[in-house]
Amino acid sequence: MYALLEKYQTVQKAHVRKWHKVGRVEDFPVNAGACVKINDQQIAVFHFARKGKWYATQNLCPHKFEMVLSRGMIGDQQGLAKLACPLHKKTFSLESGENLNGDLPPIATFPVKVSEGFVYIGMGH
Amino acid sequence: MKNVVVVGNGMVGYKFCEKFMERNLREEYKLIVFGEEMRPAYDRIHLSTYFDGKTADDLVLADSDWYTDNGIDLRCGVMVSSVDQDKKTIITHQGEEFAYDYLILATGSAAFVPPIQGVNKQGVFVYRTIEDLESIESYAARLKKLGRSQAVVLGGGLLGLEAAKALKDLDFEVHVIEMASRLMCRQLDDEGALLLKDQIEELGIEVHLNKMTAEISGENEISKLFFKDGSHLAADILLISAGIRPRDEIAQNCNIETGPRGGIVVNRQMQTSDPSIYAIGEVALYNDMIYGLAAPGYLMAEVALQHITGEAAEMVDQVDMSTKLKLMGVDVASFGDMFGEYQNHRKITYLNRHEGVYKRLNVSSDGTRLLGGMLVGDASEYNMLHQYVANSLPLPENPEVLILPASGDSMEGPSVSDLPDTAVICACENVSKGAIVSEIMERGASSFGEVCNCTKASTGCGGCKPMVKDLVDETLTKMGVVVKNNICEHFPYERHELHDLIKVKGYKDFDEILDGEGHGDGCEICKPALASLFATIYNETANRQEVIQDTNDRFLANIQRNGSYSVVPRVPGGEITPEKLIVIGEVARKYNLYTKITGGQRIDLFGARLEDLPPIWEELIAAGFESGHAYGKSLRTVKSCVGSTWCRYGMDESVSFAIEMENRYKGIRSPHKLKGGVSGCIRECAEARCKDFGVIATESGWNLYVCGNGGANPRHAVLLAEGIDNKTCIQYLDRFLMFYLKTAQPLQRTAAWLEKLEGGIEYLKQVVIDDCLGICQELEDQLQYMVSTYQCEWKQAVETPSIRKRFSHFVNSGEGDEHMEFVKMRDQKMPRPWIK
Ligand code: SRM
Ligand SMILES: Cc1cc2nc3c(=O)[nH]c(=O)nc-3n(C[C@H](O)[C@H](O)[C@H](O)COP(=O)(O)OP(=O)(O)OC[C@H]3O[C@@H](n4cnc5c(N)ncnc54)[C@H](O)[C@@H]3O)c2cc1C
Ligand code: SF4
Ligand code: FES
Repeated sequence: MYALLEKYQTVQKAHVRKWHKVGRVEDFPVNAGACVKINDQQIAVFHFARKGKWYATQNLCPHKFEMVLSRGMIGDQQGLAKLACPLHKKTFSLESGENLNGDLPPIATFPVKVSEGFVYIGMGH
Repeated sequence: MKNVVVVGNGMVGYKFCEKFMERNLREEYKLIVFGEEMRPAYDRIHLSTYFDGKTADDLVLADSDWYTDNGIDLRCGVMVSSVDQDKKTIITHQGEEFAYDYLILATGSAAFVPPIQGVNKQGVFVYRTIEDLESIESYAARLKKLGRSQAVVLGGGLLGLEAAKALKDLDFEVHVIEMASRLMCRQLDDEGALLLKDQIEELGIEVHLNKMTAEISGENEISKLFFKDGSHLAADILLISAGIRPRDEIAQNCNIETGPRGGIVVNRQMQTSDPSIYAIGEVALYNDMIYGLAAPGYLMAEVALQHITGEAAEMVDQVDMSTKLKLMGVDVASFGDMFGEYQNHRKITYLNRHEGVYKRLNVSSDGTRLLGGMLVGDASEYNMLHQYVANSLPLPENPEVLILPASGDSMEGPSVSDLPDTAVICACENVSKGAIVSEIMERGASSFGEVCNCTKASTGCGGCKPMVKDLVDETLTKMGVVVKNNICEHFPYERHELHDLIKVKGYKDFDEILDGEGHGDGCEICKPALASLFATIYNETANRQEVIQDTNDRFLANIQRNGSYSVVPRVPGGEITPEKLIVIGEVARKYNLYTKITGGQRIDLFGARLEDLPPIWEELIAAGFESGHAYGKSLRTVKSCVGSTWCRYGMDESVSFAIEMENRYKGIRSPHKLKGGVSGCIRECAEARCKDFGVIATESGWNLYVCGNGGANPRHAVLLAEGIDNKTCIQYLDRFLMFYLKTAQPLQRTAAWLEKLEGGIEYLKQVVIDDCLGICQELEDQLQYMVSTYQCEWKQAVETPSIRKRFSHFVNSGEGDEHMEFVKMRDQKMPRPWIK
């Protein structure tokens, strides 16, 4: 199962090799998440309109290894954008991926870019 | 109008701007700031968090708009190359000239790179700026691809250890090389350093002491380090953290006095040898010392600004160099005169090798004052001990209690309330206890967050956080502020208060009420709680404000262990025709669903894929089914027994009444789930007294019970009314349910609610039966409104294309979740077990 976790590694903006077009802005719910497929990876995309920001993370919850994070609820903790897993409400920072209410490994995060009405996720390949 | 020019936009240069802005000086002075780095000043102290995902933007202390808005002329990416003291001008590297009346040099320092042979090779880095970290990160990523992961850090000081931990977190094998015989030799004595070494090594970082580097070898890129003792070590990346050198180039090139080992000499007013030129921060040489910490620099900024504006100001004699290391997992702190160098002292130490704890106190020779000390392995007393030093608090008679592990009868150290008002609580921002207390008492701050926002306490290194929290709590309690049961950090209200606010102010959606009454962006607690309130007031289904619904409501189905869903059609009272049973069977077969009769007298179909939910419901609805709301905090089932229709003991038609109730209250969303039961006689086959509401037929009519449940904490329902007819029963139930919906806490079931209700069941009877509050008509009307506006939310969903779109696993592909797996069990299927 760790192989599955290993598959998802944070990509810093500076290291994006390829921006993947994943849909139109209106394909994504506002202030919530949806999932996209890039190659063989499942990426959860969040349009955090209240902060005027987009976030992307792995869809895999490191707690029980299910592909569910995109269906979680977003919000903030002391201003820090966070995500709560729908299964057991483990929460993660959308900025750093860090697990905020436990000691799970962090989730991978990916840069998001919006241009001319389309949403792009930055990946290493 | 006078010109104040600041050279350097680092942490201290920024602090100068901030203090300038707070004093409202823009009418009298024009502030021009030159910063050589490409971005406005950022939080160098937390530079390492860049590796935890913080971006350069996150670290910036104030963006360029802030400078513009405050009339500060910030010029990033401009280096000041010289000063003309006679003309009182500075010259930039582009040759531009600017006049000054006062010049502030806040040029900080640079990492010191010792002249070792080979330092210019690729793979050698320092650790000072965001650009440094960016290059380290990309070089590290390249090494990783090549399978090379040997890192060496030169220097075992505060910074070196922090850098080592950062590299460790990037999965490098890390070695720390220290010239001296111990780690952190400026903060720790031999004993403390030895213990720290153990702890650092426990993190998986190897420490080499007494090692001088002789040469860095490798072709273009480094590959090996050779040491003076003849040994060597492989190295793919080398981080040098061997100390700092003040950036005093400007002073060196003109007539301003500098120290023999660098640094710009300043007096107590932070003036250099040229009285209109000041130096502050890490470049300033005060009392023959450079201070490599932010707090002393902030103090210098304050002194310089005060002196310029004509206020009397002087730098303190003894600069506080107390610090706490911010390595995750290793506690180290030193405070005051840590080595006892400046006064006669007596040493008290506590050493516990087994637990890895060392504490040292330096006590004045008369035993009354704490001069300084250090903590390794457990720095929890740091804030308090630091206060003893900073405020010269009198020590207890046996000062050792301050560092001995707490035992039952040991004396308690002083609490924040014992500190004088002048006690500095936050050293980084120089915030005193008095300032925090008056922020609360006089200006009405009412939470930790607010206090930090207004006073800036805890916004620097964050070490004082626990103490500020204590102080805030203690002050609020003293003022008699009752700590309310607010639903979460985003709303300063309880659920019933929010209910009233929505009604009175007419809020229509979550963002509106958050903007109007709360702050921040909401969370997984307040969003569903408000969704439930909007439903109670406007009877909206979970489809209207999709994104604030709990995940089950958002997808109108209960999420299962593996991310699949369950489907539960409503079967009012448990009565179902053979035709409908056949449809359930066919749908289950077609979509390969596991079926089970539930404890609530209906059938649950498990293991549906997200994208199959709409077609499944389409077929069920076509056959006359409705949502069973098994996913919602809403009415589940009204359980029935067969009653007088078939049963030889039956006193009344329990099935008919159960169906009537279930159809009346279906779809009503409430603080928690609601269950009902109707039994035809006191044999109670429907377990009505285990429900939130239950009726039992007797010879003289229905007995109505409320506030029971099974589940985790079983409670029998209590009698509300006896011997009543169907109509009265419904009337009382309408009132009871609506009263509960309006006043309960989020996720509080009826039994728990009744327990908290002052006056208990007797009071409830007065409200519901005697109408003591005069609200019964209103309660009935509100409930009737819900009944008449009921809609099946699954019908809404399958008929509305925009809602249907929600039920696909991927936005950009029609495929399902390939990760979801089922295994066989008996004749059906189940999710594969969770991986341990
Ligand atoms: C399916 C079923 C078990 C079964 O196979 O029989 C079931 C299944 C679940 N129950 Fe239950 N409960 C089921 C009858 C009951 C009963 C019996 C009853 O209703 O007579 C009880 C005890 C009576 C009661 O509620 O007072 C019961 C007490 C609970 C509780 C504890 C509630 C409490 O106040 O302590 C929970 C947890 C909760 O709601 O917070 C719970 C929660 C759950 C959840 C929703 C857990 C979850 O969030 O995933 C399960 C979801 C199943 C699904 O996906 O549909 N279930 N659950 C029953 C469905 C009844 C129905 O037709 O809707
Ligand atoms: C990784 C790290 C961790 C640290 N941790 C802590 C800690 O936990 N606690 C603590 O108190 N301190 C810590 N420090 C030290 C703290 O960051 C410094 O004490 C503080 O930044 C000093 O501020 P300064 O403004 O004097 O210098 P700097 O922040 O270095 O700013 C000086 C600025 O001036 C610019 N400059 C220099 N010359 C010129 C010129 N000629 N023209 C224009 N611009 C110029 C530089 O580019 C720089 O941006 C840490 C430092 C680092 C690197
Ligand atoms: S008893 Fe527990 S495990 Fe069984 S269905 Fe209810 S909640 Fe799930
Ligand atoms: S699976 Fe995500 S919190 Fe349990």
